[in-house]
Amino acid sequence: MDLTILWFWIIAAMFIGYFVLDGFDFGVGMSLPFLGKDDTDRRVLINTIGPVWDLNETWVIVAGAALFAAFPEWYATMFSGFYLALLLILVALILRGVSFEYRHQRPESVWKKWFDGMIIVGSAVPALLWGVAFSNVVRGVKLDVNHDYAGTFFDLLNPYALLGGVTTLLLFFLHGVVFISLKTEGDIRVRARKLATRAGIVTIVVAASFLAWTTLAYGTLASAVFAALAAVALIASFLANLRGAERLAFGLMAGTIAFAVLTLFGSLFPDVMPASNDPANSLTIANASSSAYTLGVMSWTALIGMPVILLYQGWTYWVFRKRIGRAQIEVAVH
Amino acid sequence: MNEWLDPLLLSRWQFGLTTVYHFLFVPLTIGMALTVAIFQTAWVRTDKAKYLQLTHFFGKIFLINFAMGVVTGIVQEFQFGMNWSDYSRFVGDVFGAPLAFEGILAFFLEATFIGLWIFGWDKLPKKVHLATIWLTSIGTITSAYFILAANAFMQNPIADAYVMNEEKGRAELTSIGALLTNPIVLASFPHTIFACFMVSAGLIISVAAWHLARNQHFDTMRPALKFGMWMMIIAGILTTLSGDQLSLIMTEVQPMKMASAEAMYVTATGANASFSIFTLGTPDGVSELFSVRVPYLLSFLSTHTLDGTVEGINNLQAQYVEAYGPGDYTPTIWITYWAFRWMIGLGLAHMLVAVAGLFFTRKSAAKPARPWMWKVAIWSFPMSLLAMSVGWTFTEMGRQPWIVFGLMRTEDGISPGVTGLEILISLIVFTLLYGILAVVEFKLILKAVQKGPDDAPVLDAESGVVKQAVTVY
Repeated sequence: MDLTILWFWIIAAMFIGYFVLDGFDFGVGMSLPFLGKDDTDRRVLINTIGPVWDLNETWVIVAGAALFAAFPEWYATMFSGFYLALLLILVALILRGVSFEYRHQRPESVWKKWFDGMIIVGSAVPALLWGVAFSNVVRGVKLDVNHDYAGTFFDLLNPYALLGGVTTLLLFFLHGVVFISLKTEGDIRVRARKLATRAGIVTIVVAASFLAWTTLAYGTLASAVFAALAAVALIASFLANLRGAERLAFGLMAGTIAFAVLTLFGSLFPDVMPASNDPANSLTIANASSSAYTLGVMSWTALIGMPVILLYQGWTYWVFRKRIGRAQIEVAVH
Repeated sequence: MNEWLDPLLLSRWQFGLTTVYHFLFVPLTIGMALTVAIFQTAWVRTDKAKYLQLTHFFGKIFLINFAMGVVTGIVQEFQFGMNWSDYSRFVGDVFGAPLAFEGILAFFLEATFIGLWIFGWDKLPKKVHLATIWLTSIGTITSAYFILAANAFMQNPIADAYVMNEEKGRAELTSIGALLTNPIVLASFPHTIFACFMVSAGLIISVAAWHLARNQHFDTMRPALKFGMWMMIIAGILTTLSGDQLSLIMTEVQPMKMASAEAMYVTATGANASFSIFTLGTPDGVSELFSVRVPYLLSFLSTHTLDGTVEGINNLQAQYVEAYGPGDYTPTIWITYWAFRWMIGLGLAHMLVAVAGLFFTRKSAAKPARPWMWKVAIWSFPMSLLAMSVGWTFTEMGRQPWIVFGLMRTEDGISPGVTGLEILISLIVFTLLYGILAVVEFKLILKAVQKGPDDAPVLDAESGVVKQAVTVY
């Protein structure tokens, strides 16, 4: 296979890794006001992702670096074009990350309240804006002859992209709530399952509309199949949650997110950033990619590196497989 | 155009601000990961409680700092695309690969095993848990190699590593081996890493001195002080030696940087190639009023011979005009000149403090014999961080006006589609956010430091593993 096409799908795989993993971190963060009745509850929630949020977030660093290396033109256009949106994402990720570490350093409730707020906002903003950004990529944006973004910030806030943003927001929220039901014990686990049912209905309606819009307006045969699979997985996850099959429900949510990302990449192919004003200005896999040599070197690195990474990351999840309850938090001195 | 909204100026300020800030946390992360790994190894090997206390105590400081290093690092990667998109287009084929390597081979390692280390105390066997901090340390050091290799290409785009693709208007990688063995990275990597160890040694000295001056935590802080001082001396010697190698190579491949480090306008040989320790000049830096000079020293630093010739700025400027067309090819001299001196001066001062400290504490006296010594030693940490910052300021400002030396000027690298207003907004946001976080971070570290080490935790009698979780969010 042509290496440029391989790397298009590797980039898709890396964003799947990022959204599946950091997606539930965002969801856990957003669930604090819904499931965190008191400080102990909130600490239970945060500790479900405590050991793993950093490795999950690293997926976006690696995806970004891979995008830079494999498709410099795509990286340059997207990151400079979506300037203010990415600035907001960066600020949100900074606030969220330091809050996990700072929150437990002082006992005062005002202190904790501040960092809870930052975790909630810091999780919701990227969950929304990643959807807005990728929907705009699929929809196409104004590009000039040098492939530079020629629109404004407000052009990005169109109905389709906003629906895409709400879709990722809801998907990640639901993903996080299902994750909590899988990782906690006692009352909070029961409440998480109930919340997942309520949130599931809204999410199914919104996500189905977005997937349908994507398929009708920008879809290909492949993307239509992915969209259908995403919808099926989402509904199956909803049913699994109803029946209390938490592990299955979580796995199906991961599948939903993976197929949703594939729907977007499938709609893009073989473009990477279509120009809405003039197709001649579009960035494609062919004109945005790096040289064959660079892609070759990177392919070997990914081929050797990624299996090892998946192995030790899988092991990490296995080490921290135990459910967390209020008892563990209350025992902890600090 | 309004000069306040000059995208070039604003982008450069933003890059400078976010990079200097990020690099306050990185050296501490690199240095402390290794230091904590050493303390923990000492505990695993000797079973002495004091080493476990030190591991937890410095581990806590390390973690408060670690989160900041992670989150400010994302900004670094994103802003190449956000603020420097033409640079990214031009160099992505070459520069992107080491960044991707860094992610795949180093960041994942670091981010995964740090989580296992923080939360794995009561879940992993003793030796497996020890391995997690060593893997974290290896991750931090490996990541430094790749990022310095990428930076080395900007300093010295070696011809063996790339070709120009005129049709696409970009540099393309031809040899990853050549890119990763750039003579600059071979010297700048040890120089940077050993300097990172100086920073963490500085932290340990400061913290230990603070407690010892108050006659408290003697059992843990005295060995910590000794360890920190030895680490400072050893890392200091290695930083000096690798720095010497780096200046030799720099003189060869970036002569303008060396000339600007000395603010030497006229080519000089032998005794005339002197190193000035202090200079008072006219404000424009063109002529000199007063200086303290060491003859031959610059010649020796640049060429390792006493009768070497060091090219002057005026000469190099003329050569560059001939090679690259009309323009100003001189960095901002007062910055490079003073940054170079502060870096060397502070580095040497730290080693001196460490040597003096070892001398004064050589007898295991419980009481500090020289109270003033503690007051000096407490400054080891902030001053070693400052040395690190001015060192990077020198090497990056000395590269100007080039973003990739000889290939692309900084002014040609910015994002054409991003307005000055957008960059101004992001600059203000980052300045405020980073400023507030710096205060919070500093207070938290201060609080953890002043509290001192906790008592040794309860261990499982059979396996010797810590019984209870050490960190709970």
